[in-house]
Amino acid sequence: MRRIGDAPATRAILITLATLLTTLFLVVPLASIFYQAFAEGLAPFWHNLSDQYTRQAIMLTLLIALVTVPVNLVFGVFLAWLVTRFSFPGRRLLQTFIDIPFAVSPVVAGLLYLLLYGRTGWLGSLLSEADVQLMFAWPGMVLVTIFVTCPFVARELIPLMQAQGSADEEAAVTLGAGGWTLFRRVTLPKIRWALVYGVILTNARAIGEYGAVAMVSGTIRGETVTLPLQVELLYQDYNTVGAFTSAALLAAIAVVTLVVKGVLEWHTQRRGKRHA
Amino acid sequence: MRARVLPGFTLSLGVTLLFVSLILLLPMTSLVGQLAGLSWSQYWAAITDPRLLASYRVTLLAAATASLFNALFGLLLAWVLARYAFPGKRVLDALMDLPFALPTAVAGITLATLYSRNGAIGALLAPYGIEIAYSWLGIALAMAFTSVPFVVRTVQPVLEDLPTRTDEAALTLGASNFYAFRRVIWPHIRPAVITGTGLSFARSLGEFGAVIFIAGNMPYETEVVSLMLATRLEEYDYAGAAAIASVVMLVSLLLLLAINLWQGRFYRRLHGGSFPG
Amino acid sequence: MSIRVHNVSRRFGATTALEPLSLDIAAGEMVGLLGPSGSGKTTLLRIIAGLETPDSGTIHFGDRDVTRVHVRKRRVGFVFQHYALFHHMSVFENVAFGLRARPAAERPDNDEIKRRVRHLLERVKLDSMAERLPAQLSGGQQQRVALARALAVEPEVLLLDEPFGALDTRVRVELRRWLRHLHEEFGFTSVFVTHDQEEALELSDRVVVMSDGRIEQVEAPATLYRSPANRFVFSFLGETNRFEGEFHHGRLVNGEAWISVDARPGAADEVLMRPHELVVTTEPDEMAHLPARVDAISPVGSDVRLELSAEWMRHPWQVSLAHHEHERLGLERGSHCWLRPTRLHRFERS
Repeated sequence: MRRIGDAPATRAILITLATLLTTLFLVVPLASIFYQAFAEGLAPFWHNLSDQYTRQAIMLTLLIALVTVPVNLVFGVFLAWLVTRFSFPGRRLLQTFIDIPFAVSPVVAGLLYLLLYGRTGWLGSLLSEADVQLMFAWPGMVLVTIFVTCPFVARELIPLMQAQGSADEEAAVTLGAGGWTLFRRVTLPKIRWALVYGVILTNARAIGEYGAVAMVSGTIRGETVTLPLQVELLYQDYNTVGAFTSAALLAAIAVVTLVVKGVLEWHTQRRGKRHA
Repeated sequence: MRARVLPGFTLSLGVTLLFVSLILLLPMTSLVGQLAGLSWSQYWAAITDPRLLASYRVTLLAAATASLFNALFGLLLAWVLARYAFPGKRVLDALMDLPFALPTAVAGITLATLYSRNGAIGALLAPYGIEIAYSWLGIALAMAFTSVPFVVRTVQPVLEDLPTRTDEAALTLGASNFYAFRRVIWPHIRPAVITGTGLSFARSLGEFGAVIFIAGNMPYETEVVSLMLATRLEEYDYAGAAAIASVVMLVSLLLLLAINLWQGRFYRRLHGGSFPG
Repeated sequence: MSIRVHNVSRRFGATTALEPLSLDIAAGEMVGLLGPSGSGKTTLLRIIAGLETPDSGTIHFGDRDVTRVHVRKRRVGFVFQHYALFHHMSVFENVAFGLRARPAAERPDNDEIKRRVRHLLERVKLDSMAERLPAQLSGGQQQRVALARALAVEPEVLLLDEPFGALDTRVRVELRRWLRHLHEEFGFTSVFVTHDQEEALELSDRVVVMSDGRIEQVEAPATLYRSPANRFVFSFLGETNRFEGEFHHGRLVNGEAWISVDARPGAADEVLMRPHELVVTTEPDEMAHLPARVDAISPVGSDVRLELSAEWMRHPWQVSLAHHEHERLGLERGSHCWLRPTRLHRFERS
């Protein structure tokens, strides 16, 4: 087989160049995160991790991810089911709406929520009369995170479910399957991996979101500081090792995300080949 | 309309509409409300403040540089990943998604540390008078880092779709590598390259977390638009922030619209198949 | 330009695509590589083109050893199975591609390119479509563009991979004749791959029958059809009726059916017949006793085709007979009749 650019020299030069640039541009920064975190050995790393504020930041980050992921999972599945299994007026418009969070800068996303639920916003002033404060508190942070991450699950599911078509589901209905059984027994097995993938993406972004969350956090230590915000605070305090300790934790999650993504892709590719 | 065979229409429509209204559309109304409170001249003053004008310039310059770099880098990586088999390819492939998986704040402090004058890379460049951190170059670097996957992940599947026989046809006709690339491969991937670069540019315009650490944030010099927005908020100037936000949103929506019109299918493919931004 | 393939072999991983094989093709000859899929015919064609590298052996074009010559320097015209036209280029630009791709020193000037492409498009009767994109053409037209594109570089060797495989029958027959004329007019050496025996027999000066990475036989079509070298070639070249049995007293017997044969030592216990090598009669005969029942009757062109069954047949037999013969016999579905072979083919069993 002959292809354009398959001469050994061309190949070697391009692969080397790509590897070098990637190393310089992506691998060196990734490695330096861990290098900085362990720059003064293991003890300060553990010390920084067990720092009270850091632990509270971890807990808050987990809380946000724990609420965001299921909410967006449920929403994503319903949306994908709706737009791929039914045709109705406004279907395309709905699919466009779901892209808004991609088009909007995270800072703008934070601002939108602040304007709505803040003291000056119409909903915020209503709520504050009822003594409910969403901004500068964890519920507000959860809300913006949901906003920022809501397209991920749906975006994974829609192309797949579109490609699969609804023949299987229709067959199941003719056999008398009810809604939940239908979903659990027929649809879910076919979309399982895309669903897992969507969840991983949602989770990674929910844990790592900075811009939007920073806008509505108010940065109250121990209360409204997530791990990425904690990274910023420590960095501004010139506590480099501390900042990179938290950063390393986040980077480790990112690496795990990439590995899981790689494994899932490999898995689906292999299945694809077997079915082909 | 045909009869709905499958169950769950009402339920999924209800859940979706509720969610879209509450999470996506309701916050939009607040922006409109806030802007409605401004007179036209107030609005114009808010979005043409000289310091803000300077930040537009820096942001555009840095975003353009970053997306240009990504166009070249992305093209190279997409080519290598789509065309060659070599040890370590899976790792290289996975690394392309790192910028989307890594929190932007983490990327920001890492790049700032590496490229500052006494950082590992900055120290190497300083003797040559090249300063990256705390200059617009640093902003461009951070923007480039966070938007790496766009070009790679848009171009890669398109390259993979190109059948082997197209290459072979060009070769049997005597075409050199360069000629065949220019006349046969480039026209095929050009829409994807433009789409990916456009997405990278749009993302760079709004980038915040990665940029603020390395920018230095000097007024009139290295302030980006999203930082100006955040500054207005810190000053409780909500109207000013809303005005800036309207500009940012308008630009990115127009940009995305243009990209969509240009090549809708490539955009969908990107969001369908890889880490979306 | 003659082509000499010497001892060429190719493996893909654990599978052997080509056993070491040799083949000589004379200048100006048109040769068809015929075989079932997986027989190695396409691999052989691609090795000749330089799209695959052989594991061993040499390829000569005339006196020139091209084994190590890159595909882009071999100057062969190659027509791909699904045309492989450049979809974003007009018909004109597709055909001009090979000329424009030449290094500046060898490149004809723009007017010359225009003249040559125009001329070729006239030859393939597509001069009115020069500005169209490939997607706006029919399959047959696209294939003609692909041919014109391959011919534009004035190759002395034209290689075609299943050139008409994707076209419907009528277009295929028309293009076949047209290719034959073009071949005679331009005088290049042509090698084409096909799995359609009719195409191979009609178009080739010689047919190369391949199976399992080996060459089974190389022969002119008429000779090939008349005297196939082995059982594979015989059965691949056309429809085959098979009689299996045991030898008893100069007869091959299967139940009530039998055929008189010489009991050659070592001969297989089967004989083969083409559909036209059987005569339908109303009574048995001293040479053969083959009772059968008519299952289906279909007129095909100048013949009538009968599908016959009997208990002693493993698969239904096909018999073709002239219309007047069929009318004389007055056969209907369900009629009983007798068969008499006019010719028997016997091969070593492989």
